[in-house]
Amino acid sequence: MSSPAQAALRPRTVEEAVEAVRSQARVLAAGAGSKPVPAAPPEGFAALDVRGLSGIIEYDPAEYTFTALAGTPLATVAAELARHGQHLPFDPPFGEAGATLGGTIATGVSGPGRQRYGGVRDFILGVRFISGAGELVRGGGKVVKNAAGFDLPKLFVGSLGRLGVVVEASFKVFPRPRSYATLRAESGSLNAALAAAARLGASPFDFEAVDFDADGTLWLRLGGEAETFSGRLEQLGKFLGAPGERMEGEQDRLFWARRVPPPGGPAELLAKVPVTLESIPALDALLAAAGARRAYGAGGNVAWIRWPAPADQLDLLLRSRGLSGLVLSGPAGRPLLGAVRGEGFRRRLKAALDPAGRFPSY
Amino acid sequence: MSSPPDLLLAGLARIFSPGRLLRNEAGLAPFASDGLTAFSAKPLAVVLPESRDEVIAAVRLCHEHSVPFVARGSGTSLSGGSVPIAGGVVIALNRMNRILKLDPARRIAVVEPGAVNTAISQAAAKHRLYYAPDPSSQSICTIGGNVAFNAGGAHCLKYGMTSNHVLGLTAVLPDGEVVELGGESLENAGPDLTGMFVGHEGLFGVAVEVILRLLPIPERYCTLLAAYDRVEQAGDAVAEVVASGLLPGAMEIMDRLAIEAAEAAVHCGYPNDANAILIVELEGEKRGVEADFERLKTLIAATGAREVRVARDNDERLLFWKGRKSAFSAVGRLSPDYIVQDGVVPRGQLGRALREIGSMSRERGIRVANVFHAGDGNLHPLILFNGREPGALERAEALAGDILKLCVKLGGSITGEHGVGLEKRAYLPEMFNATDLEVMHRIHRAIDPRELSNRGKMFPSGEAPALAHPGAHPLEKAGVIFRE
Repeated sequence: MSSPAQAALRPRTVEEAVEAVRSQARVLAAGAGSKPVPAAPPEGFAALDVRGLSGIIEYDPAEYTFTALAGTPLATVAAELARHGQHLPFDPPFGEAGATLGGTIATGVSGPGRQRYGGVRDFILGVRFISGAGELVRGGGKVVKNAAGFDLPKLFVGSLGRLGVVVEASFKVFPRPRSYATLRAESGSLNAALAAAARLGASPFDFEAVDFDADGTLWLRLGGEAETFSGRLEQLGKFLGAPGERMEGEQDRLFWARRVPPPGGPAELLAKVPVTLESIPALDALLAAAGARRAYGAGGNVAWIRWPAPADQLDLLLRSRGLSGLVLSGPAGRPLLGAVRGEGFRRRLKAALDPAGRFPSY
Repeated sequence: MSSPPDLLLAGLARIFSPGRLLRNEAGLAPFASDGLTAFSAKPLAVVLPESRDEVIAAVRLCHEHSVPFVARGSGTSLSGGSVPIAGGVVIALNRMNRILKLDPARRIAVVEPGAVNTAISQAAAKHRLYYAPDPSSQSICTIGGNVAFNAGGAHCLKYGMTSNHVLGLTAVLPDGEVVELGGESLENAGPDLTGMFVGHEGLFGVAVEVILRLLPIPERYCTLLAAYDRVEQAGDAVAEVVASGLLPGAMEIMDRLAIEAAEAAVHCGYPNDANAILIVELEGEKRGVEADFERLKTLIAATGAREVRVARDNDERLLFWKGRKSAFSAVGRLSPDYIVQDGVVPRGQLGRALREIGSMSRERGIRVANVFHAGDGNLHPLILFNGREPGALERAEALAGDILKLCVKLGGSITGEHGVGLEKRAYLPEMFNATDLEVMHRIHRAIDPRELSNRGKMFPSGEAPALAHPGAHPLEKAGVIFRE
């Protein structure tokens, strides 16, 4: 057994990764560390760097599926998919910071496309992982439709390395819209933006993304054939009662690439908080009072919060609203904050997959 | 002295009035089997709860007395997933069919497990919303069953399966512990426990409340039907559509035998000399869809179709679908009995899978009709046989098993949407190795050490009720449910 101070284990193959996990009584896997809080091993846990497990194993564009090793950078995946006009429609964030496929699964973070297409959980098809008992296990499959066995691929989304070490995953992909255009519209207030998001959500408009800010600014992204945009944006302007301001091309791309705030260092706490249009107003008032910056994405289903105070204060705030959150960056500590749901179920799954507590607890 | 069943029955009688605690032969008979009528078993009792507290109380009593139980809705499972356990309790949830909340602003519905699939879309329609998963038995199947077996439908490539539309749920675990998983948000922090629960095939207990995501009803549908001389051409056309970057809501193929049957049954006006028919449907925002449809028509025109028809209005669109939707019951007219499988292959292997199924069919002299969800590679071979002929059922089962093995060999799955249930337990090891299965067993035991909840489903071991051949389900004969 090694001491925690030992340099990170760096397996180059799945077999080496199995050996590395078996060699450690306490271990936590991570990729590039673009989400530093979930990537940091708690005291006494060795670090397992899975970036050596990199590469796309299978990709057949006509199947809309690919399989890749967990340490494959999102940027590599995105570039290969783009060559065939495809993408992961949930827009996994932090690719520029080196984020890997495995880290995206383990943290369960999705970007702007979440609202329309679904998130990591909706595109993952299969997973290979190393259990706490040191077994190499496969769950799910490689085809877009499969109902055989328990849905382990979904369980691993957001599992934070605490149920097993993901070494390989299969995903469904979609054709990428040929062009995008974004309408920026000022609704005037958060409440007006919430009302607009609700109306737009039930409207027949197909949006690639529906985001808004605490000041009421709406960001509405359309995709498809560029020649349809003028007519669609005009209709949208009429629906909203204001023409808004239009962004296309590089301006549109850059805006959305930076829409999910990048995680910072230990001094900068960034958290993802699942919310609803109903829970946002009370939460937003508390966040404003605490001086936190926030952006709302996925049609009002997620809040990205930059929190200026200690993590336990955010934990208390979230608990008071019955919300839970995931800390991506900030002072070292537990990544999950706020209310815990389904503990009785999670505890049993943890006991089955990691009976000896080789991985950290939640 | 009282035996455990007596004590259990006494306990159940304290909760359920005699009208909701069925004990006699006539009361139990309708619950002996499900949509896969080949399996049946006689339960000890059936309870008809009307509230979540009653479900929880029933599960706790079963646990206290170590008596197995099966929760069920309308019993449309095609894999024997809701067949009772001999001597066990059936918790029949059809009376718990309320839509507890329908919130058009957040596009969610909170429903009880006995709510019928289409009832949700009907209730949501006034807000221009619908519930997307559309298993073919949707007019009677319930959300509880859809959740337990992760039901699919014709639109899975674009919209996913049941699990992609369940945001959260409240469940009673097999030992009576109640857990709330997920919530009303599309997003989640921590492991996706809701996703893990959906598709548990009843092994993790009973969902008593489910939070569903609703979608806006598409503004426009554009549908075309193409006829081909060879089924492989239809398969290739599907690959072309996918490669073009279009994302149809549905792509369905029927082969000659299925076309003939559908035409004879419902006179849908399909080209009667075609060997294969492909239906492709795009849907979404009007302007975007109409632009995509022009591309689709150009593309299909170059796939060697002998005839292409475009639905001019909704009536014609429904006519295209009428034949497709009736294909299963129609095939039933060609043969006294049939088995349907729902294996999946990668789309690129559809042509090869169909050729191999065709040669197995010819070699063994067993007719097979093919109707399938081409967009997601989900086959539905209908294996025709006459159950009165000695050995015919066994020969049909053997062919069905070989088709499943073929699906796995081609890189697919033994089941796309029906689940493993009782029917395909023997084939789970075709997909997963001993370690994978051991880990799944360990998860099962951690959640239900006594294996009380839907005992005997999914996993290869365990007791199985007798295989028999009683013919088609009465509702299927009546044309109410379909096996796809």
